[in-house]
Amino acid sequence: MSTIARAPEPAKASLVNDPKVRGLVYQAVLVVVVVGLVWAAATNAVENLRAAKIASGFAFLNSTSGFDIGQTLIPYSATSTYGRAFLVGLLNTLLVAAIGVVLATLLGFVLGVARLSSNWIVARVATVYVEVVRNLPLLLQLLFWYIAVLRSLPEPRASVNPGLGVFLNNRGLFVPKPIVEGHAWIVFAAVVIGIVASIAYATAASRKQTRTGEQSPVLLVALGLVIGVPALLWIVLAVVAGNPIDFDMPIKGTFNLRGGLQIFPELVALTLGLVIYTAAFIAEIVRAGILAVSKGQTEAAHALGLRSGPTLRLVVIPQAMRVIIPPLTSQYLNLTKNSSLAVVIGYPDLVQVFMGTVLNQTGQAIECVAITMAVYLTVSIATASLMNAYNSRMALIER
Amino acid sequence: MAVQSLSGSSLAYVQARQSEPLPPPSLMRGPIAWIRQSLFSSVSNTILTLVVLYLLYLVVPPVLRFAIVDAVWTGADRAACREDMVGHPVGACWAFVVDRIGYFTYGAYPVPERWRVNVWFAMLALGVVWMLWLRAPRRDIGAAYFFVVFPVASFILLTGWGAVGLEPVSTAFWGGILVTLLVSVIGIVFSLPFGILLALGRRSKLPVVRLASVIFIEVIRGVPLITVLIMANTMLPLFLPAGVTVDRLLRPLVGVAIFSAAYMAEVVRGGLQAVPKGQYEGAMSLGLGYWRMMVLIVLPQALRIVIPGIVNTFIGLFKDTSLVYVIGVFDLMKTIESARIDPIWAAPTVSNTGYAFAALFYFVCCFGMSRYSLMVERKLAAGQKR
Repeated sequence: MSTIARAPEPAKASLVNDPKVRGLVYQAVLVVVVVGLVWAAATNAVENLRAAKIASGFAFLNSTSGFDIGQTLIPYSATSTYGRAFLVGLLNTLLVAAIGVVLATLLGFVLGVARLSSNWIVARVATVYVEVVRNLPLLLQLLFWYIAVLRSLPEPRASVNPGLGVFLNNRGLFVPKPIVEGHAWIVFAAVVIGIVASIAYATAASRKQTRTGEQSPVLLVALGLVIGVPALLWIVLAVVAGNPIDFDMPIKGTFNLRGGLQIFPELVALTLGLVIYTAAFIAEIVRAGILAVSKGQTEAAHALGLRSGPTLRLVVIPQAMRVIIPPLTSQYLNLTKNSSLAVVIGYPDLVQVFMGTVLNQTGQAIECVAITMAVYLTVSIATASLMNAYNSRMALIER
Repeated sequence: MAVQSLSGSSLAYVQARQSEPLPPPSLMRGPIAWIRQSLFSSVSNTILTLVVLYLLYLVVPPVLRFAIVDAVWTGADRAACREDMVGHPVGACWAFVVDRIGYFTYGAYPVPERWRVNVWFAMLALGVVWMLWLRAPRRDIGAAYFFVVFPVASFILLTGWGAVGLEPVSTAFWGGILVTLLVSVIGIVFSLPFGILLALGRRSKLPVVRLASVIFIEVIRGVPLITVLIMANTMLPLFLPAGVTVDRLLRPLVGVAIFSAAYMAEVVRGGLQAVPKGQYEGAMSLGLGYWRMMVLIVLPQALRIVIPGIVNTFIGLFKDTSLVYVIGVFDLMKTIESARIDPIWAAPTVSNTGYAFAALFYFVCCFGMSRYSLMVERKLAAGQKR
């Protein structure tokens, strides 16, 4: 006779209000819309391409390009293939990105520290630099460097010559070109061995310092190993077997310079513009990073008797790096992506060569755009993951 | 023990004996003391100061001479700005900018119709002030005006509509500052709503929605704007049915909108993450559904936090609009490029003057915006302080 009290069943929600069902419906709608858009675009593209009699597929990469490129890192001529042209453009992009990243980091760190300097005028000048450069479009700056500065340099006959065989004129920057002969490999091998030995020595020295507190002259030893020994070898070789590394000096002719290594004005302008622009952003990142290290750290270092140089180098910067690295990575990526502005001043980078000339010649827009974008995406992802690995190594190890 | 062993070792940076007391500080006030303290406090500081002063000496006088002292302010053609004709060194040829200011502002927009562009500038200013002035009345109406009324009105006003008596003006005639502002405004008007949707999508619990948002955002952020613009320029016509043509000005607008939406999404995501979890939970416990929770509780807080981030993204976008130059749209940079090679104004300093004018325009706009975002940041920080 006892009635069992049952917990009331939860009220059945109608299917329309069930969050799970709703979620599935939303996702299904999204998939249908995306697939539909892609399908419509693809059918239209196929039809349009057929109407315009444009081939599709990547076969064009193997056909002859028929155009020349001013600056190439690998042998290239008008009879080379489009694939080769792609490589040339890619290498040019990587070249300017590599030079730009190194120089922009150096300049950016100097400016970032300068903005925090106790020297009033240094801090002010750095601030003005950062504010002016950050607030002007990169395109404008590139045009300025290329057209207003480099194009209006004197003709080769009246080259600017700051000495050491360096000439600057409206056809670019001319520097001595090293010619490697005979026994030069000994010198290069010595440099490589020197670098390896310096790293080993630095590791041993830091281990010794943690054990005993004694410091070793790491910098001096490293300089001796990397520069001193190879230089000595060079001199010995020069005396014994003739100069192994000769320099082809640019020589001023009647109308043009002969010999030497010509760096085209486009590359100079692009590098200048990218470095100056990116350095302003890096300076702000560095400044923020240094300010993020609490003042107590500096004071504690001073209390231990460290002077301001070692304080910055040993205490502040290592801690600031943790804050600096993530945004610094994105600045490196920005620099790489911004190097595509080369198209404005005619530097043959990936976009200029492949999305410009090759696309116009073949009309295969989809393939060219896809390949170029894939390259930038790969570079972005590769840089991001490299930097993330470094970042996790530098990250604070908490107890 | 520890102290003893420390003083016994030969650590270079630990002093073993007490140093001599320093001399009493010299006069700490007055301009001379200030100069000594902040510019010449040590040998290295003095050298730094002298080097910087020398750099300033190298840069500042020539710039001043170019921009002001030797500048030419009036004139009708190149004769006014040529050294061989006026007989003294010529700096900036501002007369060129004065002569071409109409072109730089409106492009080739027909002169009798230029009042419409002026009205548009005024409408834009109204919308911007309404949105950015934090204590403006009825900012919800302002938002509706800026994101709905203003775009429709601009379209009718600028392209023309016979029914209301406005002459149609082809976009081929638009140019200069008009196009620069138009591209940036389209960027912000489209990127903010789409950016919010993408950010919500990226933080959604639905895997397909999340995946789609992440792919879109990361792909667009991983490639340069130029490639997106060239893609919009060359591929948009391919993807549409044959016979449908896309306006030459509309193509970069699509590219810029896509590009800025991806960047805006990341900014908004930062704001969404900064809203405390309790706010989400509080909203859910009140029985609000997803959209009402987002619209009524989370987004108002999140967007307020990221106003500086939005403005900074907009500054970047504003500078980047100059890239439409690459695909042949007549923005400010392109009008300057085409005006500076005009033979009527063929003089050596005309190019630099054009660049100086563009630099001035961009600097005033961007610097103003960055000051604004700093001000907002400070205000928000003050609100957060307890």
